[in-house]
Amino acid sequence: MKLLPKFLTSAALAVGLAMPAFAQDPFKVGFIYVGTPGDYGWTYEHDQARLAVEATYGDAVETVYLESVPEGADAERSITQMILGGADMIFTTSFGYGEATNAVAARFPDVYFEHATGYMREHANVSTYNARFYEGRAVLGHIAGQMTESNIIGYIGSYPIPEVIQGINSAFLHARAVNPDVEFRVVWAYTWFDPAIEADAAQALIDAGADVIMQHTDSTAPQTVAQEAGIISFGQASDMIQFAPRPRVASIIDNWAPYYIRRVGEAMNGTWTQSDIWEGMPEGMVVIGELTEAIPAEVRASAQEMIDALKAGTYHPFTGPINKQDGSPWLAAGEVADDGTLLGMNFYVEGITGDIPN
Amino acid sequence: MIALEKRPQPARGWVIGAPLLAVVLTMIAGGIMFAALGKDPVGAIRIIFWDPLFSEQFSGYSRPQLLVKAGPLILIAIGLSLGFRAGIWNIGAEGQYIVGALCGAAFGLAFWPSTHPLIFPGMVLAGLLGGVLWAMIPALLRVYARTNEILVSLLLVYVAEAMLASAATGWLRNPEGAGFPGSRNLARHAGTDNPELIAGTGMHWGVLAAFVAVIMAYVIMTRHVLGYQIRLAGQAPRAARFGGVNAGRLVILCMGVSGALAGMAGLFEVAGPAGRISIDFNVGYGFTAIIVAFLGRLNPIGILLAGLLLALTFIGGELAQLMLGIPAPAIQAFQGMLLFFLLALDVLANYRVKLKRRVAA
Repeated sequence: MKLLPKFLTSAALAVGLAMPAFAQDPFKVGFIYVGTPGDYGWTYEHDQARLAVEATYGDAVETVYLESVPEGADAERSITQMILGGADMIFTTSFGYGEATNAVAARFPDVYFEHATGYMREHANVSTYNARFYEGRAVLGHIAGQMTESNIIGYIGSYPIPEVIQGINSAFLHARAVNPDVEFRVVWAYTWFDPAIEADAAQALIDAGADVIMQHTDSTAPQTVAQEAGIISFGQASDMIQFAPRPRVASIIDNWAPYYIRRVGEAMNGTWTQSDIWEGMPEGMVVIGELTEAIPAEVRASAQEMIDALKAGTYHPFTGPINKQDGSPWLAAGEVADDGTLLGMNFYVEGITGDIPN
Repeated sequence: MIALEKRPQPARGWVIGAPLLAVVLTMIAGGIMFAALGKDPVGAIRIIFWDPLFSEQFSGYSRPQLLVKAGPLILIAIGLSLGFRAGIWNIGAEGQYIVGALCGAAFGLAFWPSTHPLIFPGMVLAGLLGGVLWAMIPALLRVYARTNEILVSLLLVYVAEAMLASAATGWLRNPEGAGFPGSRNLARHAGTDNPELIAGTGMHWGVLAAFVAVIMAYVIMTRHVLGYQIRLAGQAPRAARFGGVNAGRLVILCMGVSGALAGMAGLFEVAGPAGRISIDFNVGYGFTAIIVAFLGRLNPIGILLAGLLLALTFIGGELAQLMLGIPAPAIQAFQGMLLFFLLALDVLANYRVKLKRRVAA
């Protein structure tokens, strides 16, 4: 155990060295990615936002990232090594990094932490941020409900968490509103990014009769499968415009750049404070990509109306009357869902068949 | 003309020399790859192999992390190596790792929020039994139904993953977790936690167990009759049968031990570094441990070193990504090179290279 004091001193040294940020040093911002920027989906958009931060602040910032970091014990080490490498601010861009983010934040009170799509803010230097994806899903459901001919819409879910369930419910409600015969088939992939599994899921849904595929996973594999099958799909997380005009007829885009630029700026000039934001289409965090000419003109027009209303904040996708799956009332006529219920959403709305894995 | 001639005994010098040469060859080939990517090759190699151990900036943190990362790999690989030596192929340690974590965590959560000092030992025992239970399925099926334990143990990994998902989203879900999947945090609760035994060293119960397992395996393989039986069954199954080795009992024993160690590794991980049951709890330790076992030549000391080396390339590789912007796939390719050279150079230990003059026909 003679080595022990040495271990401790070097640990203290390492921590001490990482702390002081000299004025002439660029402000170093680190990003932890759950996938790879080449996924053309979720991580791609976070990486675009990282590049936007670089473009905005030029030499005043330096960015680093680690890709394909598993959500769990490894994340804590990755974040810590990033900080020992000089990072002053960390964006952890997946739900599963919540515990690791907070654990590291406790040890480095002078580093700013931003955790995407989570809810844990155990220390003053941790903020969380999320997007109201369900707003965009409403538009996709509206289009899907009118374009399906088999009346079966396939939906690839990642994990049965509130964010994903919100999306399924929102898409279903708006598909049903324009097509009372429409049905949803949901397949759970239990992954955010795995092209092979996602392709299998898409194929299984097509075999079950689906002629529209929606996905809440990050790869473009379902688009490829949809293209081969000659059916339609929607870009997820990023535009996936390379699959337009068919199968990708529209897309739901996560636009993190404005938020990242704002928060990095605040951290640099010392006005950063802890926050928990949940922004959607009005703020531009959720964007609907180009509606292609594969969509009939009148559907495109009504979808555009819905987009405009959502952007203006005059329409909430969860406006009553809405019943839960078991038929019990959830929202009365005209009533709008509160954020608390949405954030913990663990039930399907009336009309969706199947159970949420439990 | 170059010819290979089988050695009667593996050459002693090459048994040690081949791994060292492999590391050097990896550095050269990897350096060329990094240079081709436009990165400083010397800097990259230094960051991967040197900085995690000796740099002032990182080593204070990464040295303990080496143990955290290597601990479960070594613990699982030791268990696997016993069976592998006897020709019993447990490929499903990942599943036993998951079931061990599930059983151990379930035990701890059943008594929540008790902090009784017997809870953690109970969790370890539950984890161990969970791993044994999961390993017994392929073991008993092999002994009594003559199924192939490679396939059965491997396929049971996917069953275990489905159980993990259902536990994280259902029966072990944190009731105070706002509907999100994942259990309560065991690591942050006195009584169910697997803490660092000495602060700042990364040494938790699982790492300690790994070291104990290395010593026990060494003693069993060199001093105990069981070790003799295992080696005999692996090298000459027929002779073993005539020599009175009960093949069925050996299968059950080897599968049981590897299941027990994998299950314990899962429990130590879920109560320590991982903290809780989540859908993505398993990150492939059970599969990587197979590589570690063979990299260490199924020898306990070799496995210890191989586990540490692999952990070093993980942590150093991460630093290289971070500091030099080397893409993650290049790091994986680098790790692949290391394995390739290590296994390829085995040929030097087992064969003599001879230059033969071509005889005129």
